[in-house]
Amino acid sequence: MRSVRWARTGLFIPAWIGIAVLLVPMVALLLKADWAGMPDQLAKPSVVPALRLSLMTTSSTLVICALLGTPLAWLLARSTHRLTPWLRALVTVPLVLPPVVGGVALLMAYGREGVVGRTLLEVAGWSIPFTPVAVVFAETFVALPFYVLAVEGSMRGLDRRYDGLAATLGASPWRTFRTVVVPMVAPGIASGSALAWARALGEFGATITFAGNFPGRTQTAPLAVYVALESDPQAAIALSLVMLLVSIVILGLLRGRWLR
Amino acid sequence: MTRPPGRPAPAGGLARAAAITATVALTVATLTGCGAGKAPARHTVVVLAASSLTESLTAAARDYEKSHPGTDVQLSFASSSTVVTQVNQGAPADLIALAGETAMAPLEKSRIARDGTRTLAANTLEIATPPGNPGKVTTLADLSRPALRVVLCAATVPCGMAAAKALSAAGVVAHVVSYEINVKATLAKVQLGEADAAIVYHSDVVSAGGRVRGVPIPASVNQRLDYPLVRLSEDTATVAFAAYLLSDQGHQRLRDHGFQLP
Repeated sequence: MRSVRWARTGLFIPAWIGIAVLLVPMVALLLKADWAGMPDQLAKPSVVPALRLSLMTTSSTLVICALLGTPLAWLLARSTHRLTPWLRALVTVPLVLPPVVGGVALLMAYGREGVVGRTLLEVAGWSIPFTPVAVVFAETFVALPFYVLAVEGSMRGLDRRYDGLAATLGASPWRTFRTVVVPMVAPGIASGSALAWARALGEFGATITFAGNFPGRTQTAPLAVYVALESDPQAAIALSLVMLLVSIVILGLLRGRWLR
Repeated sequence: MTRPPGRPAPAGGLARAAAITATVALTVATLTGCGAGKAPARHTVVVLAASSLTESLTAAARDYEKSHPGTDVQLSFASSSTVVTQVNQGAPADLIALAGETAMAPLEKSRIARDGTRTLAANTLEIATPPGNPGKVTTLADLSRPALRVVLCAATVPCGMAAAKALSAAGVVAHVVSYEINVKATLAKVQLGEADAAIVYHSDVVSAGGRVRGVPIPASVNQRLDYPLVRLSEDTATVAFAAYLLSDQGHQRLRDHGFQLP
């Protein structure tokens, strides 16, 4: 019995240290905030445009993730091609890639001198870096894998006989996808969307590298926090708290789904 | 740590835990020991410096390490405001070098060693364009052209503050597409060809060699920044390295990279 108690104490101590590692910085943020001045901080000219830009770009990112990611997840879930596992591995690369590296890669692809960007500039006259479009590119690059993996996971758990059944009833693959597969993986789509949106909201490295930092145009909330920290720490804390709050709300929504 | 067979050892779990702890502690000690250097005679000087000093200080430190094998100079570069924030928050540093006197204002004076402030070098602003100068920039006033993509340093860092002063002195409103977090990030946007022009330091243009082209800013509106070298430690290795930077040899390295002498 004693060894059981020892083992339990031995596990409890590191477990609580682990909790402290995660909790202390977040609590510190709450303690250091100037709560009385919060409305003034959030009304500052650097704060509102950053939050608005973050909201706009992350929503666009989410729409792109849904439009491209849902079919991609379906392809990965259903394809029996021998290259499919490789494709799946490829999709996960941006998950582990440092975001700054993602930003450099995006510059090499869509920059003015980039592989695709040069042609885009010559033919259409479009230049992507330093625009809100570049922010969406950066956010999509880092968020899409989260969406695809979450949706693919729930699609793979789906009984394939439904597909066959729908087909015998005369439904086309497109109709099957739209009216059978998508509604049945709705929970997966919801959690994938939440994860992808949260990742897009937190995006920093790829954005500052590829899109630059201009207030109202490419300066998202995380970039504004970084820049404000050196000139106006209270504004940085206020913005950080808004982002912490948003993260907690998203997590709350997700947990409601998972812990039912 | 073997337990006698068939006999429950009441303290076995504890003993095992102690053994594991000891092993972990030993491993950590070994790992950290590697970073600290093997010979006890080695000295480490930690230098935090403004981004604009990246090439010049790196070259000077390598020279110094060659002539002083017992000293290890560790360099870290960031914007001057980041350096000061880090030091105020207690980052371990023996020596800091900042772009301009203004950058020193927020530094907690209690951290400075007695008689520890000297002027290391001076720098001026310059326009940098890609080698081919695709935007055909020849004057500061060109930066206001709407078709031009101009990148500046953020107003929170010295190069951004100085650029804003120069532009306002010249009465030019630049067509800015991005405010970068330090001068090297600003320069990188020009080197990559993403920006048509940037306002950086003369030393950055010199250090970049042929990768950018410099367009001078007239002295009437240009800003001169004196770079303070601030000693935070009384350690002899730090004092010696600081003295080296201020010596003729150290100054030569800075001049090679486009700095002026104070």
